[in-house]
Amino acid sequence: MIKVDQLRISFGTHEVVRGVSFDVAKGGSFGIVGESGSGKSTVLRAMAGLNEDWSGRIAFDGTDAPLKRPPAFFRQVQMVFQDPFGSLHPRQTIDRILSELLLVHKLPDVEKRIKQALSDVALPQTVRFRYPHQLSGGQRQRVAIARALIAEPQVLLLDEPTSALDVSVQAEILNLLADLRQARNLTYVLVSHNLAVIAHLCPQLGVMLNGEMVEQLSADDLRAGRTKHAHTSALRTLSIDLEEPA
Amino acid sequence: MLVDIKNLRIAFETRTSRFEAVRGVSMQLGTEKLGIVGESGSGKSLTARALMKLLPGNAKIEADKLSFDGIDILGASERGMRQIRGKRAGFILQDPKYSLNPVKTIGSQIAESWRTHKKGSRKQAAEAAIELLDQVMIRNPRKVAGAYPNEISGGMGQRVMIAMMLAPDPELLIADEPTSALDATVQAEILRLIDDLVSRRGMGLILISHDLPLVSHFCDRVAVMYSGRVVEELKASELAKAQHPYTKGLLNCMPSLMHPKERLPVLTRDAAWLNP
Repeated sequence: MIKVDQLRISFGTHEVVRGVSFDVAKGGSFGIVGESGSGKSTVLRAMAGLNEDWSGRIAFDGTDAPLKRPPAFFRQVQMVFQDPFGSLHPRQTIDRILSELLLVHKLPDVEKRIKQALSDVALPQTVRFRYPHQLSGGQRQRVAIARALIAEPQVLLLDEPTSALDVSVQAEILNLLADLRQARNLTYVLVSHNLAVIAHLCPQLGVMLNGEMVEQLSADDLRAGRTKHAHTSALRTLSIDLEEPA
Repeated sequence: MLVDIKNLRIAFETRTSRFEAVRGVSMQLGTEKLGIVGESGSGKSLTARALMKLLPGNAKIEADKLSFDGIDILGASERGMRQIRGKRAGFILQDPKYSLNPVKTIGSQIAESWRTHKKGSRKQAAEAAIELLDQVMIRNPRKVAGAYPNEISGGMGQRVMIAMMLAPDPELLIADEPTSALDATVQAEILRLIDDLVSRRGMGLILISHDLPLVSHFCDRVAVMYSGRVVEELKASELAKAQHPYTKGLLNCMPSLMHPKERLPVLTRDAAWLNP
């Protein structure tokens, strides 16, 4: 479904992504883990078409994505951002936010789709005419997910979708994402610095360091400690140390 | 006793309504490390801010006792508070991006904090700033002292904040979610650094966070807050024996690398937790 081959991205003379390649099967879920500055979000932004200065190959469903993405591309691929406080327009109601995509893509049944989108992410219909500031962080992230799903995409790119949320809300959002993937046969690429979150949602993951993907392994291998690169082992040890209560 | 809080209540009043955000919190702290854990809106930051008298103007504070090293905070004047804030109790905030002045160099900001409380010459202050940057494990302190906040990373920014707070040698350090804007590896480094500095200088620490297992590694005691009350207070080493369903729920709902779960258990909130 997704093929990224020798992706290189530079900001000016500084190369931040240096030849990243990975494949994701249809209905699969791939996690990218790394420290801040490792280039993981940059890869995702290039895939979503938010950055046009890249070289290499990015293909969805067998077709290469052009540098300038046509409108139809965004019916196939959508992105959810980290901060639900920054990614929703503060002066638009939830109704307006959700209908924007439908109007742009000229989709019929706006009324029905919005109602469906809200119930899909387990939000009450009453939030429809509220503003983002009237919702909690978890509810806002649900709106962001509803907005991404309303155009019925096949691929969802998730950039740290839960790192701005409380752990209790994080559990709800991770469950929601798992359910939606199963129900709609979605393909996910998830970026996070939290190894436990990645391993929970993604059976396959890649570890990034200084713009390179230094290792790709399955979540089972990671749990069992079958890591090859020192950085992966270090991340694993740290994650295990901190997740157990003292 | 460094900090003594008895039956603290904080309410926000508008013309038509009254909302109690903190409802009868009591806690005591000596030279030890206390973690306050809870979700957003549980009143953990308000409790810490009340101790520094840094609440917004429309907040109404009541308490049977609210004292810092014997000084009554509720009755203290603004002038008296300035002797405590920074000088005797440092406050580290969540996001260094918003807490540092973007148009002043790192060195001059730390030097300012040092000079305000220690009254030395400019030159001494600049030297002290570099010394402090060295203490928070910044590799090239001279170079960083001349840099602006936008030129350094988030982890380094948080170290700078810590250096600034340590400048006046406070007795108490309050860290309000000091690492939630940082990634996992840097998070552990910063917490270890705080832990080490606090133990070495014999200070008290209040660490506020929403990550219960993480806090338990760096604190002696943990107070769990829910909806403006402390529902459970226990030793960090006895977290596994937590009694309250909310504490257990918080521990359970985290995804775990070593113990994979098909679905994450979600907190089912009980109305009885509100009024124990």
